[in-house]
Amino acid sequence: MLMNNALQHNVASVAPGDVPAILEMRGISQIFPGVKALDNVSISLYPGKVTALIGENGAGKSTLVKILTGIYRPNEGEILVDGKVTTFANAQAAIDAGVTAIHQETVLFDELTVAENIFLGHAPRTRFRTIDWALMNSRAKALLVSLESNIDPTIRLKDLSIAQRHLVAISRALSIEARIVIMDEPTAALSRKEIDDLFRIVEGLKAQGKAILFISHKFDELYEIADNFAVFRDGRAVGHGNLKATPQDEIVRLMVGRDVENAFPKVDVAIGGPVLQVEKYCHQTEFRDISLTLRKGEILGIYGLIGAGRSELCQSLFGITKPLSGKLSLDGREIAINSPLDAIRAGIVYVPEERGRHGLALPMPIYQNMTLPSLGRTSRKGFLKAANEFALARKYAERLDLRAAALSVPVGTLSGGNQQKVVIGKWLATMPKVIILDEPTKGIDIGSKAAVHGFISELAAEGLSIIMISSELPEIIGMSDRVLVMKEGLSAGLFERKDLTPEALVRAATGNA
Amino acid sequence: MPRLLRKRETLLFIIIAVMIAAFSTRADGFATPGNLSGIFNDTSILIILALAQMTVILTKSIDLSVAANLAFTGMAIAMLNATYPGLPLVVLILAAILIGACLGAINGFLVWALEIPPIVVTLGTLTIYRGMAFVLSGGEWVNAHQMTPTFLNVPRTVVMGMPILSWAAVIIVALIYVVLKYTQFGRSTYAAGGNPTAAVYAGIDVGWTKFLAFVLSGALAGLASYLWVSRYAVAYVDIANGFELDSVAACVIGGISIAGGVGSVLGTVLGALFLGVIKNALPVIGISPFTQMAISGTVIILAVVFNARRERNRGRIILRDKAAAEIPAEVAA
Repeated sequence: MLMNNALQHNVASVAPGDVPAILEMRGISQIFPGVKALDNVSISLYPGKVTALIGENGAGKSTLVKILTGIYRPNEGEILVDGKVTTFANAQAAIDAGVTAIHQETVLFDELTVAENIFLGHAPRTRFRTIDWALMNSRAKALLVSLESNIDPTIRLKDLSIAQRHLVAISRALSIEARIVIMDEPTAALSRKEIDDLFRIVEGLKAQGKAILFISHKFDELYEIADNFAVFRDGRAVGHGNLKATPQDEIVRLMVGRDVENAFPKVDVAIGGPVLQVEKYCHQTEFRDISLTLRKGEILGIYGLIGAGRSELCQSLFGITKPLSGKLSLDGREIAINSPLDAIRAGIVYVPEERGRHGLALPMPIYQNMTLPSLGRTSRKGFLKAANEFALARKYAERLDLRAAALSVPVGTLSGGNQQKVVIGKWLATMPKVIILDEPTKGIDIGSKAAVHGFISELAAEGLSIIMISSELPEIIGMSDRVLVMKEGLSAGLFERKDLTPEALVRAATGNA
Repeated sequence: MPRLLRKRETLLFIIIAVMIAAFSTRADGFATPGNLSGIFNDTSILIILALAQMTVILTKSIDLSVAANLAFTGMAIAMLNATYPGLPLVVLILAAILIGACLGAINGFLVWALEIPPIVVTLGTLTIYRGMAFVLSGGEWVNAHQMTPTFLNVPRTVVMGMPILSWAAVIIVALIYVVLKYTQFGRSTYAAGGNPTAAVYAGIDVGWTKFLAFVLSGALAGLASYLWVSRYAVAYVDIANGFELDSVAACVIGGISIAGGVGSVLGTVLGALFLGVIKNALPVIGISPFTQMAISGTVIILAVVFNARRERNRGRIILRDKAAAEIPAEVAA
């Protein structure tokens, strides 16, 4: 059943320079309930080379990293280290095989010292099996000096900047003598100077013959540092080769490259007058000067990279955070939204991206989750009416084709897809005017995606105004009437439907001409 | 009815019934209606405090100050009664509820507005409220002869076969059941504890919900203070010392998740009754108070283990599909 994808091992295990790969992944598939996160992908990492792993959000990059670090075990495929098949049964096995990862937000311990962070789990011991602090600190110092850093190994990690934390993480990688270093968006929070410092270190690691897997969304950096590339799309490896010899247009085409026109049969809806108007919305730290108008029956897409401030903008529209300044009007009247309750009452709802964490109280029954924001309507004289709650829940359960033994069972017993339906039903039940969908199809399979898209179209046809945050280009292009592109907290352009092309959006979002 | 059997409450009820049956083989008359009704009466105050504690625990908090609240409020109304014997009992009871609610509000305010962890807040106020009881009384006792007969006798008065003390517990059980099941506040406590973030997204003010839970807990502790002082006919600084732990224990045994959001009124009541039966039975069959404490402690730990296992089972249902997907890979490997 799992073998229906024919073998397509097109990745050579030997580099052009005839240096054998340190690590090779062959035909890796990773299946989650309802989703094939990785589908028969192969990738090779060579000593002294930086391989750029490129793909949209949800293309399967993080899953690959988790397999390489022993957190997931793939359903299919094999990993070869130095040509020998190796199983990464757990995180320790991956470390033993010489793999280490430096994450976007480094996974280190704030309250421990720099030296403890570097040597956690393999600290030098004294004769009495206690930790040899003097030796540990001096070794840590030596490692940091080799990275041209003068960080004091005895201070706590929380006192370091993000760039310094990266250095600590790299020192840790060196201390366990990792030969394969994964860098997952290491530059996301760094200044240009810090990036230059980091790249010098990466060059140093290359010179030591380490293989580096470098994940980033920023093309200028990738062209600066990477030798090879591999492009993932929808869990498949769609291209690889020498990065310097491949023009950026080609990479973008590989990233997005499918016919987006027909995949999303967006229903054309007569668009009415303005419903929600946002003027010069500013936030202390996350976004600045965002203005937008949302019209009746319109689907406004918001596109951008992770960290562009899209969710933060929408959360402030929903009252989770407060904007610093700016005006918000609904149906022509200026309104102030200070809490989610205000937003729900005004008719603005937000379906969060992390539907499990933000959307559902798992121990509570389905119907209670569904009616949680609507209790004002289902109650009589301050008392909850279970009959009304069941009626409301049943209505939306039927509409969304929710499959459950009974509406009184805990939401935690449902499958992921059905949990999603509960979340969406819960918000529709408030009868909103504006619904904000944050990555509505994240983590669900292609078939269900089509159903979700059809449903979104249906809502728009009923006159609901929709803001849809998405990182998936085909989705945003296929579904949106207009698209706001955000980059680093600023508006990077508003595109009309006729101007929506993948290239234009990626260019606006990444800021590369 | 296998579904009913799997429910925590049914299991607990059966365990209590088996315990009573076992004890009655060792001590004649243990299982008589009179004795059982006596046990219920003995456990009434614990039931009330456990329900107070449960409401707070549902919101992912804890109220360690319930017993200290009881001690201070009990002292205050005992002194009021001693000093102004003319005050009607209703006024004293309302005063007790009000004072208790105010002390609860202090806890709630610190948790809500200053966002201090509830365990720290109530550990602090536990000491403060006992200290206040000492300051108020100057360390003196208020004894039975200083209290009015009405003050002492009302909870003992038998109405329809049960003392008013027992009826008070029954009424509070009904009241909390209604509040938790049929009011928005009740639903909010479950949501705030079950998933605080989701509750915020659903427009629930989690901080305010916790505040109200603490106020309710304080008010119940206030009511319990009158019942306690009149039942034992004495008020001094150390009354109900350590009783907050019994209230937590009753909740845990009754299946209330310490992590919040899970639990039922029936479970808590059965948890309290379980402790009540043990407390009453062990002396009867000649087990020393110290062994009793060890037995109670063991039961609490067993209950926590049981709860933890249940939570894991729930997790497994969520991951069922994923686990199913992983099995073929393991078989293949």
